[in-house]
Amino acid sequence: MAASMWFGVLEQGLLWGVMVLGVYITFRVLNFPDLTVDGSFTLGAAVAARIIFEGYDPWLGTMLALFCGAAAGCITGFLNTRLRIAPLLSGILMMIALYSVNLRVMGGKSMLSLLRMDTIYTDVVGTGIPENLAAAVLGLGTVILTTYILYIFLQTELGMALRATGDNEQMICSLGVNTDTTKILGLALGNGLVALSGALVAQYQSYSDVGMGIGMIVVGLASVIVGEVIFGTSTLFRHLTAVVLGSIVYRAVIALVMRMGLPTTDLKLFTAVLVVLAMSSPLIKEKLGRLSRGKEGSQGAVNNKSYENI
Amino acid sequence: MLSITNLTKIFNPGSVNEKAALTGISLEVEPGDVVTVIGGNGAGKSTLLNMIAGVFPPDKGKIIIDGQRVEHLPEHVRASYIGRVFQDPMMGTAASMTIEENLAMALRRGARRRLRRGITNGDREFFREKLSLLGLGLENRLSTKVGLLSGGQRQALTLLMATLVPPKLLLLDEHTAALDPNTGQKVLELTEQFVKENNLTTLMVTHNMEDALRVGNRTIMMHDGKIILDLSGEKRKNTGITDLLEMFKKASGQTLANDRMLLAN
Ligand SMILES: Nc1ncnc2c1ncn2[C@@H]1O[C@H](COP(=O)(O)OP(=O)(O)O)[C@@H](O)[C@H]1O
Ligand SMILES: [Mg+2]
Repeated sequence: MAASMWFGVLEQGLLWGVMVLGVYITFRVLNFPDLTVDGSFTLGAAVAARIIFEGYDPWLGTMLALFCGAAAGCITGFLNTRLRIAPLLSGILMMIALYSVNLRVMGGKSMLSLLRMDTIYTDVVGTGIPENLAAAVLGLGTVILTTYILYIFLQTELGMALRATGDNEQMICSLGVNTDTTKILGLALGNGLVALSGALVAQYQSYSDVGMGIGMIVVGLASVIVGEVIFGTSTLFRHLTAVVLGSIVYRAVIALVMRMGLPTTDLKLFTAVLVVLAMSSPLIKEKLGRLSRGKEGSQGAVNNKSYENI
Repeated sequence: MLSITNLTKIFNPGSVNEKAALTGISLEVEPGDVVTVIGGNGAGKSTLLNMIAGVFPPDKGKIIIDGQRVEHLPEHVRASYIGRVFQDPMMGTAASMTIEENLAMALRRGARRRLRRGITNGDREFFREKLSLLGLGLENRLSTKVGLLSGGQRQALTLLMATLVPPKLLLLDEHTAALDPNTGQKVLELTEQFVKENNLTTLMVTHNMEDALRVGNRTIMMHDGKIILDLSGEKRKNTGITDLLEMFKKASGQTLANDRMLLAN
């Protein structure tokens, strides 16, 4: 019982971990509080489910999900950069618009079942991997590959321009980078990953549901921040690893509180409170530190600053 | 190198906050000229530099850099001509990125960003060599995050970044004003060194009258969005700080007695 619970935690942490990496890109690297995530997660699930439902290749559906998510991110970026709509509002508009789009993608149904249909997991089982390991193997493979690609990409000329856009837009603009382009690129990348995660999750649970993305941004934030607080952010590699591990820790915490009797319906409230606590922790630490010692480390101050403009 | 004709900028036109920041500025700067720019608060010095860099479009007027009309070009396109250092040491560098990453981005100023490795080992050698010119020991701290550096170190780094690829035009906006006097002096020395080595055409805004007369070969004074004084050659050599203040009074009809220009010395 306990062992299978922890195994489920690992599976979920990895499959949703791809979404967390997407949120890391928009929220941390680009410093863009992107609410598109709620819609693009479901979009990925819906696209993959529909493609599979229609009898096409599940890998095709999964790839298509990635591209559709990226397209959604591009539109959010377009709203923000070209139409000068504020970041939060751009994301909210896309999130709402995607709700209708997702219903259309699922053929007007609010739920699309994939029971007894071939998914990427059945394909993996076909290669000889035991059925109960399929999700973990695929999740681990995807997370490692994604983390590796991001690690390499963020150190390319373009990747550095992306990071600098989130850090100091004025500076990188004065060094000749069109920050409208890098913002759109970052939002496309982030939402592409989020949608990919949606596709993995839909096949994992054998259905897509139009409401499955609600609150996803908060889950993503919780995972990113929990990971950062526990595992640190001193280097790029460490930061990337930290947010993935954060995703697993988040799932573990959820599994624990549910075992302790928290009703499923209170999960979102719990997650929101968790994010509030994690975000205010530098401030609380600072206050406590001041009371006891009078001085505090720079780490808290740095974190604190980065949480302010969300 | 730089030719400005009848440049005009009015902020918030038609509102109660309407402000004519530049009113028909014309200025010719020859290649290799180092022009210091002085004037009271709100004279339009920063606006002039921002307009040259393309931060906002002009209402009227022409800007030509090295024979090319640029006033219609967006800031990131003009960046290939221009190196900048701002007053705020935080503004010129990306705090969450390392020293070498910041330098690598400066090394690609004006070039297309590609999907290739941002820093090569050759770059690192080059960065070390350049950083050692600053005399701050930063050449041994390539992978330190810039956010951990002091204001003076960051400003020196920004200066190096602005000149790493010699720009056609170097724009300095009170870039030593936020530093303590010693650090400011050090950064100013580095500025003069880099400008001289690369023979950079430079506009340097300063509130320090002594520096304004000592650094460079020409001094212009701004007031109310206009250039009210343009000193060079013999005439500049024979001008002292008190003369400059007197000239300001005569040209603007105002006194600088309470201005920070005086206090700064
Ligand atoms: N972005 C802006 N929007 C509105 N007004 C501005 C803006 N930038 C500068 N100004 C106004 O233009 C005038 C000139 O400012 P500035 O060029 O910064 O002066 P200086 O650098 O000489 O002190 C000031 O009155 C200032 O308030
Ligand atoms: Mg100014």
